[in-house]
Amino acid sequence: MTLAATVLAAEENNPLLPHTYELVVGGLAFLLVFLVVGKILTPRIQKTLAERTEAIEGGIQKAENAQAEAQAVLQQYRDQLNEARQEAARLREEAREQGAQIKADLREEAQAEARRIVEAAHAQIEADKAQALAQLRSEIGRLSTDLAGRIVGESLEDEARQRRVVDRFLEELEGSGTTAVR
Amino acid sequence: MTTLTLLAADGEFQAPGPEIFNFPPLYSGAPVWLNKPVLLAVIGALIICVLAWTAFAKPKLVPRGIQNIGEYGYTFVRDQCARPFLGKDAERWMPLLLSLFLLILLWNFFGVIPVLQIPVNSHIAYPIIFAVTIYVIKVYLGIKHQGGIGYFKNMMFPPGLPKGVYVLMAPLELISNLVLAPFTHAVRLFANMFAGHLILAFFASVGFHFLFEQLTPLGAPLGLVGFLMTTLMTGFEIFIQFLQAFLFTMLAAMYIGGSLHAEH
Repeated sequence: MTLAATVLAAEENNPLLPHTYELVVGGLAFLLVFLVVGKILTPRIQKTLAERTEAIEGGIQKAENAQAEAQAVLQQYRDQLNEARQEAARLREEAREQGAQIKADLREEAQAEARRIVEAAHAQIEADKAQALAQLRSEIGRLSTDLAGRIVGESLEDEARQRRVVDRFLEELEGSGTTAVR
Repeated sequence: MTTLTLLAADGEFQAPGPEIFNFPPLYSGAPVWLNKPVLLAVIGALIICVLAWTAFAKPKLVPRGIQNIGEYGYTFVRDQCARPFLGKDAERWMPLLLSLFLLILLWNFFGVIPVLQIPVNSHIAYPIIFAVTIYVIKVYLGIKHQGGIGYFKNMMFPPGLPKGVYVLMAPLELISNLVLAPFTHAVRLFANMFAGHLILAFFASVGFHFLFEQLTPLGAPLGLVGFLMTTLMTGFEIFIQFLQAFLFTMLAAMYIGGSLHAEH
């Protein structure tokens, strides 16, 4: 009896065979969901998701731009700082060179001045010597003639003769003792 | 059905069979088609529409509340089902795939929701509707995008095989693509829901029979096992219900993708 009932039930409702009314209901239900969810709502959420992606990408883009700008400014400052450092170094170097140049110039000048002074002194000495010599010569001449005149008498009082004698005497003197005088 | 219940009442444990999938009209005098699964199918479709409406009717750029859940579902279907098989065409097919996934998922979940407790897809008519829809779209797209002859040529003669193999391959591919694919597409969903519901009903009736109807010292542990297994299998069933909805949608995307671009 149980078997018969089961077989009967199975024949009435084979689970592998669809009822027509279920096909109709299923089709309509699916169609409804497709129209509402698929056709009306899905495009809306797709649009929103696309907009969100765009917004996020825009935000990222903005942040990237800001970062790039900051980087550029930083780079600029670094460049300027570097430039300033180089400028300072250059100035220092220049100053050092200038200082060295000035020192050298001054030394040279001082040396030249010293040389000039020494030379002037030499010249002065030379001149004084010459003057002294000349003076000495005339003095010696006069003394000699005086002495000779005293010894020889008054014969040599004539001035022309006197000068000739003295000159001759001095030339002889120079000819024999140049080295001695100098 | 009444005879069976009466028979079971006289002591013997009667395991539930396919008859648990038969439902009488909702009330006496109602038309024969107005039974529980039909009602659940309609209610399920309405629930999906209402939920989707609250989530997506006025979507915000910064999502709040139910829109988050809706978006989670949308991106899941898009990233796991549509994009792997449809690539850049994914967005265009999302309306169909999302509707398909949500409706199948809720109809499956009805199997574990107390009081409702019947997965709509355990009645084969519903999986057939889905599978036939996808099948029609698949063949239509295939002929449209690859040409009438091209579609069958690409299907039966995938390139890169030795010539002799095609003798065996061509008829197999034809049958596989045009007969077996839609059949298994529908039956996989149906059979999983059918068997899952049967298993739950079996363990539940074991528990009910041996703990309440016929409480004996020997039968009580068995009833406890039945109760525990019902709990365990309910958890497992939720997973299967989700998995089958996902799988059905994924296969739909795969069939559509295969028709859009002939590639093997």
